Amino acid sequence: MARITELDVNGSRRRLDVEPDRTLLSVLRDDLDLTGTKYGCGEGQCAACTVLIDGVATRSCLTKVGSVSGKRIVTIEGLAPEGKLHPMQEAFLEADALQCGWCTPGMILGAVSLLQKNTHPTDAEIVSGMNGHICRCGTYPRIVAAIRSVAGKGGRA
Amino acid sequence: MITRRDFIAALGGGIVVVLIADDSDAQEAGGGARRGTREPMPQNVSAWLHIGEDGVVTAFTGKVEVGQNSRTSLTQAVAEELRTPVASIRMIMGDTSQTPFDMGTFGSMTTPQMWPQMRKAAASAREMLVDLASQKWMVERASVAVANGKVTSGGRSAGFGELTKGEKLTQTITASAALTPATEWRVAGTSVPKVDGRAIVTGSHKYAYDIRRPGMQFGRVLYPPSYGATLASLDSSAAEAMPGVKVVREGDFVGVTAPDSLTADKALAALKADWKQLTAETNSRDMFPYFKKTSRDGDASRPELTSYTIAYIAHVPLEPRAAVAEWNDGKLTVWTGTQRPFGVRSELATSFQIPEDRVHVIMPDTGSGYGGKHTGEAAYEAARLAKATGKPVKRNWTREEEMTWAYFRPGGVIDAGAKVDPDGTITAWEFHNYNSGPSGLQSPYSIASKTEKSHNSKSPLRQSSYRGLAATANHFVRESYMDELAHAAKMDPLEFRLKNAKNERLRNVIEAAAAKFDWKSRKKTPGNGFGISAGFEKGGYVACCAEVRVTNGAVKVVRVVEAFECGAIVNPEHLRNQVEGAVAMGLGGALFEQIDFADNRILNLKLSRYRVPRFADMPVIESVLLDRKDIVSAGAGETPIVGIAPAVGNAIFDATGQRIRCLPMAPKGVPASGSDLV
Repeated sequence: MARITELDVNGSRRRLDVEPDRTLLSVLRDDLDLTGTKYGCGEGQCAACTVLIDGVATRSCLTKVGSVSGKRIVTIEGLAPEGKLHPMQEAFLEADALQCGWCTPGMILGAVSLLQKNTHPTDAEIVSGMNGHICRCGTYPRIVAAIRSVAGKGGRA
Repeated sequence: MITRRDFIAALGGGIVVVLIADDSDAQEAGGGARRGTREPMPQNVSAWLHIGEDGVVTAFTGKVEVGQNSRTSLTQAVAEELRTPVASIRMIMGDTSQTPFDMGTFGSMTTPQMWPQMRKAAASAREMLVDLASQKWMVERASVAVANGKVTSGGRSAGFGELTKGEKLTQTITASAALTPATEWRVAGTSVPKVDGRAIVTGSHKYAYDIRRPGMQFGRVLYPPSYGATLASLDSSAAEAMPGVKVVREGDFVGVTAPDSLTADKALAALKADWKQLTAETNSRDMFPYFKKTSRDGDASRPELTSYTIAYIAHVPLEPRAAVAEWNDGKLTVWTGTQRPFGVRSELATSFQIPEDRVHVIMPDTGSGYGGKHTGEAAYEAARLAKATGKPVKRNWTREEEMTWAYFRPGGVIDAGAKVDPDGTITAWEFHNYNSGPSGLQSPYSIASKTEKSHNSKSPLRQSSYRGLAATANHFVRESYMDELAHAAKMDPLEFRLKNAKNERLRNVIEAAAAKFDWKSRKKTPGNGFGISAGFEKGGYVACCAEVRVTNGAVKVVRVVEAFECGAIVNPEHLRNQVEGAVAMGLGGALFEQIDFADNRILNLKLSRYRVPRFADMPVIESVLLDRKDIVSAGAGETPIVGIAPAVGNAIFDATGQRIRCLPMAPKGVPASGSDLV
């Protein structure tokens, strides 16, 4: 398979030159220095590596970079314009829905994707939609509250 | 490393306060001699604070931020006493060249020890500002006030920078400066938001895992297939033939570096190693008798004691161990996630046989620790690979490495026994802990005769601290056994505890939790049950009530109320977050987390095999915070975890009649009577 020489990341075309079997996670982190995307397990169990591919939450640790050529990739760094916060980022701060913060970027992108599919989820739908994400510090109830508050504001996410 | 003199010079003009900790609140801050330092720090310097000519306030502490929000609470300490907004303060933490020596961030000591020291440094700086204003303006000292980042007297007003311009004042303080009483706090005691929150939600904060240096290589290290195995032979030719790959072999240490992480992974996989493996002494199924058999002071088992068991569990910090190391002119700089940056500096200096002042350890706020990041393995490996290859090296551990080569919360066996009068008074108490540790060993209840012993055994796995240490295991057993005694005495578990609890603070949390939970009017329905527990550790009192529902053996924790009291509350929202988070994390060790091992190998070293609590496991969690402004603040990162396991276990008993005497209690559900599910 051909080497990957361009990716659409956070609204801009990024030049690079990597083998297609690299994980998207390692290319984002190591080649593009977009380290807001986190490694947690490497097997899709924790979702700390979540990014949006064409708007859909995707685990970048299980995604080969060769499979996302030409697709729109959004990482936590590109969720809101420079200097601004996305409503979900604001909601996480407002609900104090983080401690160490390692899971937070993946949580926020997972939550954004969840509300795109379901603008007004019930708490049970939030729980089942987010259950693939691990927060070892245990801020789950606060994360549910943060997502609920964004949905309550009209789900602009 | 720079000396104190260099450091103060480097800060430039302004005011510097150097705090020498007094004995009352800083036993851990002492330094001892430091090899190679031109001008050793005074033994007990624990914090310093600088107000620059630009008005920027910078406070320095060797403590670190691992998610417990110490960066915020320490900032509040400075803001409170310096009467300046939180946003005007920078907190430099855990950098061995910039901050005073510190033993480490553990044992819930930041709040009881560093927090008052920060306040004293800030209070002294405030008094220096008052002195300066009084001299410059030629006004009575008593007429000078400091508030909201300004110094005022009569009609005059100046910012801190204006006042300190052209000054170069250093004050070393030892005596306790007058601190603002908790009843008059304006910033301390309030829910100041996480000061670094924005950097986290935008992904801009650089954790150790994220650090990148020019020319940096990615390192992997060859580990044995089992504990204790030694390298018999190695063929590294295939790896060495890979472009950009360097293989480092120094004795039993074998590692590879490569320009990208995938190549490093492939190079590691290409190493052909033969190992001489050891025969295991025990495994996770057979280890409980092993703990008693290997007890250094014998086995105190007796038939009248009731035995409980505790599994090994893993911390699973979501950011695994990570480090980037680089050498320049014989000096080593390492960025790493650790709870003990100065301890890691010492480990590195010893390993590479260089003076400590040639090692600089920087600790970026890290992706959690829970007691699991006291050691510097990744830093050592990165430094070794960087030294051998002459390039900066990143050494990020994988999850599997973190689950195997870090250390675990100890497993153990705990035996309990008691005598109870007909009126419910416990008259005698006996408690033996084999291997899991002494923290929280002592009963907080008032009992006339107590025997409480911690027995050291041989540990089959590398074991060390974990959030709350052994207090979780000891509370699980004590509070489960208290429940056994209450039922034997035909008393309500709440009444039985209150009967034996004389300590006012303990009674307060028990009553607060029971009231919020509505314990007295709880209604049992088939399959559901209610449990209560209480305890004390590290200056914090905790009581927990839980409701569970057991359906076909599956345990669902429905609702938890936890009351917590740790003196004067520093930050209510962050305390609430700690209490709730500890309950959530504690559910894992209570119900399903356990390390399985055999043949000197970990069998469940992936998150797909080692289950941690998730969204769907969460009960409704309610916290009740008791604010004792008359009591010095204690830490809260650990003790809130001890109550959940026994409260859930007691609720399972209430629901099913089954007393589960092991942690975890229900990895495969609760057995029907006579079944062997557990």
